[in-house]
Amino acid sequence: MSTRLADAPALARRRAALAGSRDPERKVLAVCAGTGCRAQGALQVVDALRAEVLAHGAAEEIEVRATGCLGFCQASPLVMLLPDGVVFQHVGVDDAAEIVHSTARGDLVDRLLCIDADGACNTEREIPFYRGQQRLLLGASGLLDPTSIDDYIALGGYAALVRALEIGPEAVLDEVKRSGLRGRGGAGFPTGRKWEACRKAEGDLKYVVCNADEGDPGAFMDDALLEGNPHSVLEGMIIGAYAMGAREGHVYVRQEYPVAVERITRAIEQAREAGLLGARILGSDHSFDLQISRGGGAFVCGEASAMMASLEGRRGVPCRRLIHLSERGLWGRPTNLNNVETWANVPQIILNGADWFRAIGTEGSTGTKIFSLVGKVINTGLVEVPMGTTLRDIVFGAGGGIPAGKRFKAVQTGGPSGGCLPASKLDVPVDFDTLVDEGSMMGSGGMIVMDEDTCMIDVAKYFLRFLAAESCGNCTSCREGLACLHDLLEDISEGRGTHETIILIEKLADTVESTSLCALGTSGVNPVLSTLRYFRDEYAAHVNEKRCPAGVCKALITFSIIEERCTGCRACALKCPQECISGEKKQLHTIDPELCIKCGICRDVCRFDAVLVQ
Amino acid sequence: MSDTEAIDTIRAAAVLARYPRRDPGDLVNILHDLQAEFRYLPEEALRETASHLGLAPTQVYGVATFYHGFHTAPRGEHTCTVCVGTACHVRGAARLLEQVERDTGIGAGGTTPDLSLSVEEVGCVGACALGPLVLMDGEYHGDMTPERLSRLMKKALAAEEGS
Repeated sequence: MSTRLADAPALARRRAALAGSRDPERKVLAVCAGTGCRAQGALQVVDALRAEVLAHGAAEEIEVRATGCLGFCQASPLVMLLPDGVVFQHVGVDDAAEIVHSTARGDLVDRLLCIDADGACNTEREIPFYRGQQRLLLGASGLLDPTSIDDYIALGGYAALVRALEIGPEAVLDEVKRSGLRGRGGAGFPTGRKWEACRKAEGDLKYVVCNADEGDPGAFMDDALLEGNPHSVLEGMIIGAYAMGAREGHVYVRQEYPVAVERITRAIEQAREAGLLGARILGSDHSFDLQISRGGGAFVCGEASAMMASLEGRRGVPCRRLIHLSERGLWGRPTNLNNVETWANVPQIILNGADWFRAIGTEGSTGTKIFSLVGKVINTGLVEVPMGTTLRDIVFGAGGGIPAGKRFKAVQTGGPSGGCLPASKLDVPVDFDTLVDEGSMMGSGGMIVMDEDTCMIDVAKYFLRFLAAESCGNCTSCREGLACLHDLLEDISEGRGTHETIILIEKLADTVESTSLCALGTSGVNPVLSTLRYFRDEYAAHVNEKRCPAGVCKALITFSIIEERCTGCRACALKCPQECISGEKKQLHTIDPELCIKCGICRDVCRFDAVLVQ
Repeated sequence: MSDTEAIDTIRAAAVLARYPRRDPGDLVNILHDLQAEFRYLPEEALRETASHLGLAPTQVYGVATFYHGFHTAPRGEHTCTVCVGTACHVRGAARLLEQVERDTGIGAGGTTPDLSLSVEEVGCVGACALGPLVLMDGEYHGDMTPERLSRLMKKALAAEEGS
């Protein structure tokens, strides 16, 4: 439907008409078509299910819907049977016939259900991954087709906008302020205060901007929201623009997320057609329109002033902000910048009220937070929990712990500028302030789990390499300092480090922190400082004993073959790129340490765990 | 002006015609569209962009080289993109890049002299459950090992020769 909605009653009529035409009891096979599941062939599963439904003559009873991310990436490709919420995991094209036939009969496909310690779990509520979650923002992604504005409207979409237009901009602002919502992009600044400053700023033309340049490696929350429920982000922006008196807006989206770019572009077109963007939205005085700006792949553009420069077609270099963005931002005009997840929270706050929102989470950090739980964890995926949930509940509850019986070593939060927290901090509640107290930060919500095979010096080195490459180069301390810190860490990982190296690292980190302009430099030293704080023993092992306990730093490890385990199968010898493994068939093999380049392929291919790294 | 340069200018003009507002704020979007057209940013296209937007060529060049997403040299026929996001890193992404370098002699950011393959690294593609992850010509390949990657690259490059 592309008719323009003249006013709020027209929207209500559209929603009622949709409700009337849709059977709530009709079975829906919702196939997760998020990036992770697509990469595993989810779109082929959608096609196979659709073909099977047609072949079975079940199109009346069963709908196949490609939805946004269902979050449980570990089980991908994932299909959820609605309305019951039964989850089928690792669904392949070959399973399509059985799923359709069983669904038509009212049965489940038992072999595709998730199994936990107590047996098979049928529904989302029973699966340990979902049990502790409160999916306020992500929940709808699994229910709607993100390319359909009607699906969003049918689920109550844009009702918050109607309410906002009813209560007026001051009341909207007041509600957001009272909700205690804090920016989900990393800094955790109170959203309401930001909005208020922009509302009060002088100027006819104001901008609202959505930061969708999710640059933290290992984080994909915003990608999932844009892909799975783009209209919720738009609705938040339209409401925010209303509260602040802004008529124009931008979505600054990361080019590396092609699906997200496509979905948000389409959502904007649909909203325009429906009269939810453009002049006199829903017949009100509020006029607002949005355009998409694609990022160029520069991490530093997540910084507000750098993003403004990029939006103006300049190099994304941060500048010193003597005057706040809310007064002089994009093109010198008052501008408000919030990230995707922050905007997505707005409609719910307006619809359900500030008190409802405040009741979720902790006093200082209200609401829920989405984390991308990745790395060495059994259940990789997106987890949305109330603020204040402990790291343990996230990593061992939803995440299911560490795979292959390995030992938990650390969890890294806050992206490249965050820190690594050890096992002793697992019971820390995750909120903005506590994480900072512990030497890390919330960041945008990346949570990377590390096990005993992860070397903390290597991790620190990894982040510093990333940050040194992403430094815009403006401040000498950041440009040279981060690169220098990286080189010092490399000295340690290559066996050249001494006690003095560590002291130098600490001094240099202090300088970079205190003399850089933007957060890329000031918090860029966190990975090295937090690993030094919690994993000093590991640094000591590298420096004093020239040993890498995790077996990662190549200069400090050797590969050898364990005599008792080697069966002489020749698998390693055949794959060794250096051809430095010798041994006759069914005889013990040996690795020539002089030629070995420590690529680890022999360990990958050995089926008897006979390759020793120490 | 050589023939190639003249053709580049014409193709660039067609892309620029989509931006009649001549708004410098569109520069990054324009560069994306030009790169989609040429697979890299030829000098002539950058010059055309500068005159279209009324900017100094140095400013356009400065922007084109600031962002990692843009290339100012021709790219290979195939692209092998190794995800080096944190989740992929802790699962061994560095070993994949080493394998690529062993097999092809080029590292991240490089292109083989015969323009058959470019190698890139990307911060994160949002499919962390599949890490370590490689995109071969945009197609996702998860749970990658150095050995499988080697075969994957051989297959992609062989398909080219065969066709």
